[in-house]
Amino acid sequence: MKIYKDIKETQEAVINIIKNSSLTYEQQTYGLAKLAENQLPYPEGADKKFFELVEKGIICDLDEGHAPYAPRYILPDYEKLIKEGCKFLRLKPAENLTDVINMLLVFYHHVPSVTRFPVYLGSIDKLLDPFIVDELQAREQIKWFLIHLDRTIDDSFSHANIGPEETLAGNIIIDLEKELQNVTPNLTILYDKDKTSNKFAIKCVEASLICANPAFANDKMFREDFKGDYGIASCYNGLPIGGGAFTLSRLRLNKIADNSGSTEEFFNVKLIEAVDSMNKFIESKIKFIVEETPFFKSNFLVTEGFIDIDRFVGLFGMVGMHECVNKLMKLNNKNLCFGKDQEANELGIKILDVIQKRVNSFKSKYGKIWDNRFILHAQVGAANDEGTSPGVRIAIGEEIPIYDHLRQAGMFHKYFPSGIGDHFPFDHTANENPEAVLDIFNGGFASGMRYISAYSEDGDLIRVTGYLVKKSDLEKFNNGQQVSYDTIQYAQEPLNDYGIFDRKVRSTND
Amino acid sequence: MIKARINKIIDSSVVDGPGNRTAIFFQGCNFNCKYCHNPETINHCSNIIQNLSVGEVVEQIKKNIPFIKGITTSGGECTLQKDFLIALFKETKKLGLTNFIDSNGSIRFSDYPDLMEYTNAVMLDIKSICNEEHIELTSKGNKIVLENAKYLASIGKLFEIRTVVIEGYLNNRETVFKITNMLKEYQKIREIRYKIIKYRCLGVRREFKDMKAPSEEEMKNLNHIANENGFTNVLLV
Repeated sequence: MKIYKDIKETQEAVINIIKNSSLTYEQQTYGLAKLAENQLPYPEGADKKFFELVEKGIICDLDEGHAPYAPRYILPDYEKLIKEGCKFLRLKPAENLTDVINMLLVFYHHVPSVTRFPVYLGSIDKLLDPFIVDELQAREQIKWFLIHLDRTIDDSFSHANIGPEETLAGNIIIDLEKELQNVTPNLTILYDKDKTSNKFAIKCVEASLICANPAFANDKMFREDFKGDYGIASCYNGLPIGGGAFTLSRLRLNKIADNSGSTEEFFNVKLIEAVDSMNKFIESKIKFIVEETPFFKSNFLVTEGFIDIDRFVGLFGMVGMHECVNKLMKLNNKNLCFGKDQEANELGIKILDVIQKRVNSFKSKYGKIWDNRFILHAQVGAANDEGTSPGVRIAIGEEIPIYDHLRQAGMFHKYFPSGIGDHFPFDHTANENPEAVLDIFNGGFASGMRYISAYSEDGDLIRVTGYLVKKSDLEKFNNGQQVSYDTIQYAQEPLNDYGIFDRKVRSTND
Repeated sequence: MIKARINKIIDSSVVDGPGNRTAIFFQGCNFNCKYCHNPETINHCSNIIQNLSVGEVVEQIKKNIPFIKGITTSGGECTLQKDFLIALFKETKKLGLTNFIDSNGSIRFSDYPDLMEYTNAVMLDIKSICNEEHIELTSKGNKIVLENAKYLASIGKLFEIRTVVIEGYLNNRETVFKITNMLKEYQKIREIRYKIIKYRCLGVRREFKDMKAPSEEEMKNLNHIANENGFTNVLLV
């Protein structure tokens, strides 16, 4: 959340970017653009109280930028593109698979986001399947479609969806995922036990154990929350199709607890002032994007109806629940631990209830689709989060036996329609019995979870906190070499220092 | 009230049958396989075993719902406590769980229709196709084992056969060839998986630790022999 004092400081930052041999040209350009944006002051919601809380590490804006000129996450209606074409890009409605693939690739290039890459690529199986005529030819075309995405979208926050129904296109995509083992796109199956064939679900699990993709979303639960269609975007954000998220900021709950002398002070003063301050800040960012920039007036995505301002929401994020609860327990002279101890878990629920109530009492000027309220988001974590667990997860190293872990997660998932997820490593024995992992997922969903993924302990691809990274790329980046994916930069600290490689699936016999 | 001698219950196992299962290891075995990797389950008495009622076992299993597909009884040799199995399986079936048995095949399954009624499938050890070799290895013959293989396959309740293969000491190729040849006609009733397990010395008694696993190439040969006899689902472990 850097604020530049003077031009000299800015120039120093510029030269550092230009001279950084570990950054690709694109990454440098993006860095310079962000630098320019951050010369402006924050929007007016960033008042004295706000900066005080930032200083304490309580509020963090994820370096989203001081003056956002596009929404953070955009989920265009790609079905509309395929059916009707696009005037701005001089694209006619699609007539065959070649049309669909190329129209999508062209269109993706023009979808902005906080990362500059499209964070949502659509339900690609549903988009491609109706146009498949020759299977062998389709495989070849879809293979190059996926490779194109991986080599030009340099960011694993770019998310494609498949399912819930099994399709030929879905099968082709999963076959190719196993073969190509790419970082991008991030992939989720919108899974419904009653709609997704068991065979296809198992095939998806097999793929996850090879290449960490796809993750599984509880389709029924999301559909109920969003009253119909939704997409999974970026890390694991559930958002309306034809809309998205204006902005995301987050609270570090553990820092609020650290700044409280008692649980009473936490609940009655510190938590409330943090939530209020962040509500105000989020609102001012939304107002800036909508009222001070031309995006929602002149961007073709809006003018041609691929997105609608009423389907955008503000996201209220949080991290560090584990450490927050443990700290509050200590303040009450109790040595209880989040995850292990039910009383601690219930305290976590109490904190969420308070946050939810306070956030819901704030009426935004925008966000009609969510009744002008912000949606809670369990943020995956970022750099500078040492000692702060992602979202409301149990801290790495403190995991509890797997069924208890899933049940515990299930207590919290309902609070976060716009994003929460848990990721579990499995050893090689699961490779021979992917059905077992699916059983565990089904149990997790039945216990209230909304998003879950598996990856192999021994694989090169790992799901960091929600996005994918190759361990081999981390090694390169650690050694100062360039890596085309931007996401390696965000993953470096978490992978090197936060123990992601030490994630455990505990059995009851441990 | 019937109680069982139980060595261990593993709440989540991915290696004891299809899907995620709770595996219950019963104490006591009527074979004495040289390569046994849990010889502490052979005798009927042991310091760590629990004597549990059906109710107590079901209580523990219930905690694992909805994460498991079913239960697998193993050991030791769980069919030595078959009355308990029947009582247990009746309860777990009511809970919507499948019941699998991991067995050395020493009891004649066709003699126990009660047990078969509540058993979804069996994973059967075929330790050797040759009776003399079987006795040398386990101290018991294999006549009933082979009868069981055919019977279970004929009623569609043979999920998997398993053979531990040892370099030099066992005629692995003969066993793999003859058992798959014998059972190939039943593949059309239900697919039977063949798990060919490399000998491992982990847990094995000191006097039998010097045996060796076959080479990777030999494992591939055995796989091929099974494939040729219609066993397409072969797992080399």
